[in-house]
Amino acid sequence: MPFAEVVTPTPELMLAFYRRLYPFKAIFKWLNHEHTPCRLFTHREIAFTLENDVYLRYNSFTTAEEFKNQTCTLNPTRFEIGPVYTARPRDKKTVRPGAFSPVQRELVFDIDMTDYDSIRTCCSGGEICRRCWGFIGAAVRILDSAVRQQFGYKHLLWVYSGRRGIHLWVSDREAMELTDEQRRSLVNFLTVVQGGKEMHKKVNDCFKEKGGWQELLQLIPDPKIVEKLEKKWGVMENRSSDDKWSDFKNEVKASYIKQERTPMIYAMEDIILQYTYPRIDAEVSKHRNHLLKAPFCVHPKTGRICVPVDPEKINEFDPELVPTVDQLLRELDEATFESTGEGHSDWEKTSLKPYVDMLEKHALGLMNEVRKDRQSHDMTW
Amino acid sequence: MQKGSRKLDVEVETHSRLRYPHRLSLYDRPPTEDITIEEFETCAINRLHVLAEIESCYARNRPFDELREITNLQCEKHVPLDHNSAITKDRDSQRRKDITGHFVLRLAFCQTEELRRRFVKAETTLFRVRYLNATISERKGFHESKDFDWIQANDDIKATHELQLKAVVPDADERNSIPQVRWTRVPDLVEKRRVFLKDGWAYVPSREQSSIVFQEFQTRLEQALEMTAKALPRMDEDTRLEPILANLSQGSLLDEGTAEGVRAEMHFPMCMRNLHENLKRTHHLKHFGRLQYGLFLKVLGLPIEEALIFWRKSFSGHTDDQFIKRYKYNIRHSYGLEGRRANYPAKSCQQILMNDQPGPTDSHGCPYRHFSHDNLQMALLSMYSSQGLTEADLPEIMHTVRTEAYHVACTRVYEITHATQNVRKGNGIGSGETVTHPNQYAEASRALECASTSTTTNSIKMEVDGGDIVML
Repeated sequence: MPFAEVVTPTPELMLAFYRRLYPFKAIFKWLNHEHTPCRLFTHREIAFTLENDVYLRYNSFTTAEEFKNQTCTLNPTRFEIGPVYTARPRDKKTVRPGAFSPVQRELVFDIDMTDYDSIRTCCSGGEICRRCWGFIGAAVRILDSAVRQQFGYKHLLWVYSGRRGIHLWVSDREAMELTDEQRRSLVNFLTVVQGGKEMHKKVNDCFKEKGGWQELLQLIPDPKIVEKLEKKWGVMENRSSDDKWSDFKNEVKASYIKQERTPMIYAMEDIILQYTYPRIDAEVSKHRNHLLKAPFCVHPKTGRICVPVDPEKINEFDPELVPTVDQLLRELDEATFESTGEGHSDWEKTSLKPYVDMLEKHALGLMNEVRKDRQSHDMTW
Repeated sequence: MQKGSRKLDVEVETHSRLRYPHRLSLYDRPPTEDITIEEFETCAINRLHVLAEIESCYARNRPFDELREITNLQCEKHVPLDHNSAITKDRDSQRRKDITGHFVLRLAFCQTEELRRRFVKAETTLFRVRYLNATISERKGFHESKDFDWIQANDDIKATHELQLKAVVPDADERNSIPQVRWTRVPDLVEKRRVFLKDGWAYVPSREQSSIVFQEFQTRLEQALEMTAKALPRMDEDTRLEPILANLSQGSLLDEGTAEGVRAEMHFPMCMRNLHENLKRTHHLKHFGRLQYGLFLKVLGLPIEEALIFWRKSFSGHTDDQFIKRYKYNIRHSYGLEGRRANYPAKSCQQILMNDQPGPTDSHGCPYRHFSHDNLQMALLSMYSSQGLTEADLPEIMHTVRTEAYHVACTRVYEITHATQNVRKGNGIGSGETVTHPNQYAEASRALECASTSTTTNSIKMEVDGGDIVML
């Protein structure tokens, strides 16, 4: 695969992207849950960020076509999706203030690498590498299983945020209708999420440097073990993080008979938890009217597309392989050069296809749910 | 076990003879029998006493235990509800009064969102206190009598997740009959991890089931109030009820002052009474109004804690957040607790008359100077007619106002309104003095009253009671 240099997307690139590649139809289906536009789409707020940092809130559209046309006219650097209101957001000024309030909204989560700066050693700030991604991977697996198993939600869409984070959109009916209070409870429940016991493997070499392993030692409650390990690691400079963790485990096994090991095992679990639990940006999830960048937007700094991510394959996901906007347009140029005519869904000819297919499939699941619901209602009649 | 079941039998027997078998009620059925208009009102007023006390506990940030104690005392006094075993008491009529009072207040408090919110909060608290007082068998009977829409957990779950369930419910018997509800009904328990959560179902141990009951009480009441609000205009309204309901919701009961307290405004000069009334009517005062009235109250002896409660209660249209952001600093500042920490004196008549002229939407200033003559006469009559001012006194007052002798007019009003305490024309506020400071007016009036009731305490405690200031 030809590797594109990071080019900040120009307005021309963006316009071509919106005209020819952005999957408006799939986004519409995902937001709307059915084929004919309903409140879930028509009463939904879309906020555009224009090139000169002008922020246009309270836009709403009746159809996917209208959505596309307006986006192409404004040519924003990105846009965000907000809640479903009691009235159309574009009529906000004409309705009584009391009659305009958010009623529904996907349950959203935002995990950002910057919250991990204290425990990652390879990069900092906006940078990201495969190693840092390991933390995100751990967080995704924990959060994904917690939301599915404990809360019983099925329609989860994970979206790469374009640089160093990941978003989760939960579209189950019940999740859409949660009040702010319930969202707050759910988030508080998750910010101390248990489990993740199987996450022993450190993908990141977090105990390699002296500062890193000393931080680990501080968390161990037994001073004898700490002393031993400190001596050992002080001499053997290049022991890997994995080895250090096994050293610690062996030390525990050696120092305690089985019956007395329990407090140490709790301590170990606590340590694992500290390094792996999802660090959620809680404010995003707590309020229905929080806006979150739409999937398939282009990150203004990296030019990468905010593509959906399969949580099952989260560890194989490499942020550096995510297509950028100019790469996609070049692919498209080559493809149209070969074939004749300009199709409607040009994204099919680019490496964007698997990602759009993923969203389509996800939306289909939602639409099936709605249809089943309808049918069961009909039965009662 | 044997003993327990026999006891249960006895209780079942007593239940059957009662029309209302439970002390606790979700108030899901309104009373249908005829009642007298007096009973209609007294039931409501009695209940309002309790609810007002609960609200005041919240305003004072009392801890829940204290609130519970106070509420219990009030309940005993105004709406006693005895246990089923109290066979010497007329339990049915107690319960009927409780229910009637609740439904009358629903009518009175359903009209605006603010009133509904207050009512729900106070009623839910009252229910909570009573629920906590109830015995275990009472609670059980109550749970069984109502459909809380909880399902028994099936055996599959119990088998596959025994370990996790054990962590929440150590007792095996209890684990067998554990109910499950959607987690959205018990968000507070989920947040604190007090329940076992699986597939969006929360498995609730019995010690936490009260949370479901409180939640249910609150949501049902919220819905019922909205329905009442919609139905009220279409109800075949009895004209006798309208004034009673209006009175109840305006909290006029709270304004009458408690037995040991006196309404402080009786002693206020007209400028302060005007500010007070404006505040009560609009729930707001603009900056100079707050300054003039706030400093006056401070010098009168209102401590800062009470002042904050007073202003918070008075600005009822604001949320706690708004209040803290916009006004709290300001109030503390005037008490010398913020910024340059200056101890500001209250404004004298001179300052009120000359500085910071009131604009069209302001309510501060001196009424004798800043009111139009017509308005002044009306205001004088409405404020002071209960204290002895009659229409015959008006020409004299208005004459002094026209000569711009505002102090003299104010002093004359003082003399007239204190005539019952042997203040004669020319006495002024004591040995012929004229009013030069609002606090001087208030102090003199209070001193007179103390003398006449032969109270010797000079230091008078001031407190806030239901949005009003009371002197104890």
